[in-house]
Amino acid sequence: MTDALAIDNVSKSFGGLRVSRDVTLSLPVGARHALIGPNGAGKTTLVHMVSGLLRPSAGTIRLAGVDITQMAPERRVGLGLARTFQISSLFPSLTVVENVGLAFEARYGLDRQIWGNTRNRAEIVDGAAALLQKLALLPLAGRRVADLPYGQRRLVEIALVLALEPNTLLLDEPAAGLAATERGALLDLLLRMPEALSILVIEHDMSLVFRLAQRITVLVEGQILTEGTVAEIRADPRVRDIYLGTRNHG
Amino acid sequence: MSARVDQQAIATARAGFARHGLSWLDLLPFLCALLVYLFGGRYLALGTQVMIQIIFALSLDLALGYGGIDSLGHVAFFGMGAYAAGLFAMHVSSEPITGLLAAACIGAITGLVTGPLVLRTRGLTLVMLTLAVATMLQELANASAMKPITGGADGLFGFEIAPLFGVFQFDLYGHTAYWYALGVVAVVFFICKAVVNSPFGLAIRGIRDNPVRMRMLGVNVTARLVTLYCISGALAAIAGGLSAQITKLVGLDSLAFLLSGNALVMLILGGTGSLYGAIVGATIFVVLSDRAAAIDPFNWLFAIGAVLILAVRFAPQGVVGLIADAWRRQRARRKA
Repeated sequence: MTDALAIDNVSKSFGGLRVSRDVTLSLPVGARHALIGPNGAGKTTLVHMVSGLLRPSAGTIRLAGVDITQMAPERRVGLGLARTFQISSLFPSLTVVENVGLAFEARYGLDRQIWGNTRNRAEIVDGAAALLQKLALLPLAGRRVADLPYGQRRLVEIALVLALEPNTLLLDEPAAGLAATERGALLDLLLRMPEALSILVIEHDMSLVFRLAQRITVLVEGQILTEGTVAEIRADPRVRDIYLGTRNHG
Repeated sequence: MSARVDQQAIATARAGFARHGLSWLDLLPFLCALLVYLFGGRYLALGTQVMIQIIFALSLDLALGYGGIDSLGHVAFFGMGAYAAGLFAMHVSSEPITGLLAAACIGAITGLVTGPLVLRTRGLTLVMLTLAVATMLQELANASAMKPITGGADGLFGFEIAPLFGVFQFDLYGHTAYWYALGVVAVVFFICKAVVNSPFGLAIRGIRDNPVRMRMLGVNVTARLVTLYCISGALAAIAGGLSAQITKLVGLDSLAFLLSGNALVMLILGGTGSLYGAIVGATIFVVLSDRAAAIDPFNWLFAIGAVLILAVRFAPQGVVGLIADAWRRQRARRKA
């Protein structure tokens, strides 16, 4: 079966600085894969390359078998890719339901429709209502995103990407900035994601990573240090060294 | 999915979408215009100028206030519309409504040609590119090779405009021009309302807030912005065309940077992103300019500068924003 996502020997340089070196990674359909590593390891750069916000200097990226290496970000979304950002990326002056509604608009290609009332489009309103209800965000529907606390913004961003019904989801530090209770709610939500959805998550919260991921890739200084199951990674002394600080990786 | 969602949830979600549709409040400016006609007969020409500038400010509000397109070159559309309407009257037909439609088409085409070039940028680069386009068009209109078409520094004059609907002659006192301008304002306002109320309207507000996230939702941001630029350009060209038809004169000043700056000041005074701000701001600007110039023909810009400073200091969201805030506070107090 074709992998949901296949990253093959991808490198990225900014001038003389190589931030990713020959990274090879594949996610089978339905995978829960974590990407961990110290700050500056090149994790977000890799997610930017997969989502199309950065072009790799070398290597290829395939989404469900389709070469997307040179493809524009919006076309990758059309092929079933969605992502969240390290710092929530939403529409602050719009309400929660308008944020989610925008995702439904994009999914059904309604964003180019110059006539008709947005509030009367069943694809947008009903879809947003169902999703917000499912994520217990309905009471916030009319609140401006700018007025929400950070934890709730995180959930709204996840609602936004779920509205796209992606096949592959990239989560860039979804638990960053969340309180302990909010992290628990986030984990519950991630564990309830559809089985067919492939998830690549970057995260520093190891308890969340160990409960969510089936496989883990450790990235250090732009290179893959090791890859394995949760048990293998937990037992690896090199990974322990990095996270306990006995090796200095800046 | 929709069949399984309970109606209460749908109603809650629907209520969460901001309302941008028509309301009874929208009749207020037109009621004011009617009162001016009935009781301010001396000011019909000034009222007509106010309405031309309202259309221009509405078109800029659509691009800047809703789409986040920072433009200092919106006059390019106004000027192209003015020249199009003038040339149409001289060489094709003097019928005013088809002349305005021709102007709108030229405005949209200008947006379609220049939009893909300038709208890939943001911020200061975008501001400077829009300004460059307008300046180039003004230089082009003034070029000696273009003089047989544009009239060069002399501009276009001496063309006639046929009676409106074949019946209403454009009279010396400006009655027909006033009603004509009011009708065009109504149509343009309705178009703006329809655009901002549509799914496309929500998408452009999303682009204004966060273009990267819009791309990551699968939206072709540049294509949407170009569409908005064309619509806004067509409406600005209508303002230019209307000005040409009513004054029966098109000069290089219809492509001058000053008009872009004036429209921006109107939006700062009235407030952006509400459409009402364009109406209020244009009215304040034109009336204030006229009164100040009547008092001191040499230093009247001082009054505009002073009012602008006061607006930025005490009403940074514009007069409409100030009123909306006061209204919200009053409602909150009543609820408490």
